[in-house]
Amino acid sequence: MMTELDPVLMSRLLTALTLVFHVIFATLGVGVPLMISIAEFIGIKKNDPHYLMMARRWTRGFVIPVAIGVVTGTAIGLQLSLLWPEFMQVAGNVISLPLFMEVFAFFFEAIFLGIYLYTWDRFKKPMMHWWLSLPIIIGGGLSAVFITSVNAFMNTPEGFTTGAGGFATVNPLDAMFNPATPTKVFHVLASAYLTVAAILAAIAAFSMLRKKHTEYHKKALKLTITLTFIFSILTAIAGDVSAKFLAEHQPEKLAAAEWHFETEEGADLVLFGWLGDENTPAGALRFPGLLSFLAYGDFQSEVTGLEEFPEDERPPLWIHYMFDLMVVIGFFLLGVSLLYILAWKIKRWNEHNKWMLWLLVVSGPLAMLAIEFGWIFAEEGRQPWILRGYMLVEDAATTSPYVGWMFLLFLGLYTVLGVLGVAVLRKLFKNNPAEEELEKKYPTIEKGDNK
Amino acid sequence: MSYEIIGITVLWIFLYGYLIVASVDFGAGFFAYYAKVTKKDHIMNQLISRYLSPVWEVTNVFFVFFFVGIVGFFPDSAYYYGTALLVPGSIAIILLAIRGSFYAFENYGSKKSNVYMFLYGATGLLIPASLSIALTLSEGGFILEENGVVSLDYLALFTSPYSWSVVVLAVVSVLFISAAFLTFYAARANDQAALKLVRKYALFWATPTIIAALTTFIALGQHNERHYQNMFDLWWMFGLSVGFFIIAMWLIYEGKRFGLAFISVMLQFFFAFFGYGASHLPYILDPYVTIYENATHEATGIALIVVFILGLFLLIPSLILLMRLFLFDADYVKGKK
Ligand code: HDD
Ligand code: HEM
Ligand code: HEM
Repeated sequence: MMTELDPVLMSRLLTALTLVFHVIFATLGVGVPLMISIAEFIGIKKNDPHYLMMARRWTRGFVIPVAIGVVTGTAIGLQLSLLWPEFMQVAGNVISLPLFMEVFAFFFEAIFLGIYLYTWDRFKKPMMHWWLSLPIIIGGGLSAVFITSVNAFMNTPEGFTTGAGGFATVNPLDAMFNPATPTKVFHVLASAYLTVAAILAAIAAFSMLRKKHTEYHKKALKLTITLTFIFSILTAIAGDVSAKFLAEHQPEKLAAAEWHFETEEGADLVLFGWLGDENTPAGALRFPGLLSFLAYGDFQSEVTGLEEFPEDERPPLWIHYMFDLMVVIGFFLLGVSLLYILAWKIKRWNEHNKWMLWLLVVSGPLAMLAIEFGWIFAEEGRQPWILRGYMLVEDAATTSPYVGWMFLLFLGLYTVLGVLGVAVLRKLFKNNPAEEELEKKYPTIEKGDNK
Repeated sequence: MSYEIIGITVLWIFLYGYLIVASVDFGAGFFAYYAKVTKKDHIMNQLISRYLSPVWEVTNVFFVFFFVGIVGFFPDSAYYYGTALLVPGSIAIILLAIRGSFYAFENYGSKKSNVYMFLYGATGLLIPASLSIALTLSEGGFILEENGVVSLDYLALFTSPYSWSVVVLAVVSVLFISAAFLTFYAARANDQAALKLVRKYALFWATPTIIAALTTFIALGQHNERHYQNMFDLWWMFGLSVGFFIIAMWLIYEGKRFGLAFISVMLQFFFAFFGYGASHLPYILDPYVTIYENATHEATGIALIVVFILGLFLLIPSLILLMRLFLFDADYVKGKK
């Protein structure tokens, strides 16, 4: 029976369920405001109604994911205490500072989002309205920074010393700026912007496949793909420094991700494959020396292997697939956006042919999957620790026997939220295509720019 | 002042803020549903959605602020409440989630369906009822720790007159606060039909509010003698609370100065809430968690307070901007913008 399952296991499953669901909306919450702001800015500067309409339509769609983000965020915030009371008791002493600051960031974001949404036509100067988008971007970005710093602390806890029966000294700033924070924050922000740009591009490409190639959609595509390209480069750089961070501070995570068992120089990068007898990778693509390069920027350097860690402190080996999928998607996004840009610049090619558009359509969902894979890799790679080196997951969970039921309850909730959210979004845009709205709103717009 | 006292004061202020803004929202949900059932929805709904749509997310953050803050300042409370509240806490989350998301779905998505209006009204009453349980538990006697295992005594909770009187008080206060606010807002919007209706609600819900307050007070006397005695020492705060209640009722009855009336209602609850909170100290959870023995490390406590002060510099101007645009901009309130 569910209720008799181990509370530790059920707590982990419920935490994972909530976070995997929340991060979809959190990512949108971080990234969409930037895209809206860029579109509105271009629209005002070029006096181009297409971009203004883009900003408006994205904003309208945005409110639905925000609502789900807020309610699931509230859920995970409470669940941290409900499911991991001992962890929060300890963490509360050291890492509550960024958690507290995150709430301020939400507050700030929430206030300005409310203002932004309801003041489209209330200012005489359109730039006034654009300025209001900045606090939303900053608020969303800062909440990601602060929460990521909490997660970084779980990976490399610092900023305290323990004495008899508790903490002897605590330095909340050191805890917040622990060694994992810079690379994690960089990678999380870059990948959130990348993902949102790719999703908006996918939507535009999808509309073009279904309907006519309108000027509106072409402009939307050019803008979002350019951003996808820029942010996929930044994401790859951030991923590279994250790997270098792991090699230095959390070598067991990198070793498990790469099935790197023995410490050696000039280590190979292993892509996909499976594990044969005695943990020997088979059927994998091998890139000689590339793991050493990823870890230290030098094809010859020595990379720590899993053998150096006690068996019961090794992360599960299946995170290899999570890591590989994330990296492959990263290069896919980089490649597809580059291809589009080349086709667009080289006049003889048609960048809006069917195949190109289909590639763009799949990029959006793939980017979101990469976020999920990345997080699952990062979180599973910390196992068995909840606070690496200090507290085990199994010692931190609630002892309440009802966690199994709560898991079912929340599974139901998220299913309903997800289904309704998609249904509402579809309804919002289906009977209201961009072209019609443009003509209604800006009757002066030139007819005949539909090809 | 010690950092523990500053910490709990800050948190209490935020909980008070949530009490007021959330009551307005929760109560509005009930009234909207009631108006629909009694076929008066055309009068009410415009009024409610114009104010509530821009601010619902802000309301939620007040609550998040409180629970993140209490874990930060008093980490041991996470341990006790966290373990004991798994089931009631999860139910409260689900109610909040239904309310918050349906709110957005319906407002931006489509016309108001009956199911939605029912959920919107029902959650408006169920959420305050379930959240008020946390206050009941803090009085002690319901959360038990035996051999290092924390558990919640459901039987004691469901059979205690005190816990039921708190639930009733929470629900009727929500309706009263909300009606008082809507009266002010309708007057501001110069919407006579709505004003007539919500003023009647405000007058009606005043009586149950004061009766429930008295009942709760008496029930507390039977449940927690120490707290009850402390409340007597702070008699002047409760006296002020009753004073403001009388002022508010008089203004609403006379049908003038509705803004002042709502401020009086806010002060009425301010003094009652702070009188209750101050006399509760030093306990956060009787007898396990006190603000002195279970506070966070001093360095963290001070860092939190510094951040809090810096945060206020950011938030207060932004909140003022929000209120000026949606609450005090006469044209907006009247529906012209
Ligand atoms: C669109 C999403 C996306 C893409 C394309 C990539 N990543 Fe990533 N990755 C994430 C999204 C992500 C993430 C969701 O943001 C993670 C999860 C936890 C974290 O800190 O960031 C992450 C974690 C993460 C970590 C673990 C960090 C840690 O645990 O401290 C490493 C080493 C990499 N990534 C490396 C890469 C490399 C070399 C990529 C090649 C291009 C790459 N990632 C693409
Ligand atoms: C939002 C993106 C995130 C996702 C998708 C995610 C995913 C996961 C997954 C899959 C697990 C289960 C690991 C396991 O138990 O086997 C987990 C555990 C956990 N995560 Fe994350 N996580 C995210 C971010 C965070 C952040 C920012 C924090 C900290 C504030 C956090 C705190 C935890 C905790 C406390 C656990 C339970 C303990 C554990 O199993 O290690 N997570 N998460
Ligand atoms: C365990 C980890 C997490 C916790 C405790 C948490 C907490 C919360 C809470 C309480 C909210 C609702 C705030 C409100 O009421 O307005 C929320 C929403 C949000 N969270 Fe999370 N979160 C977690 C993971 C993450 C991660 C990893 C990110 C970023 C990558 C993130 C970014 C956001 C954003 C941007 C929102 C706001 C959505 C919006 O208003 O646009 N969260 N989160």
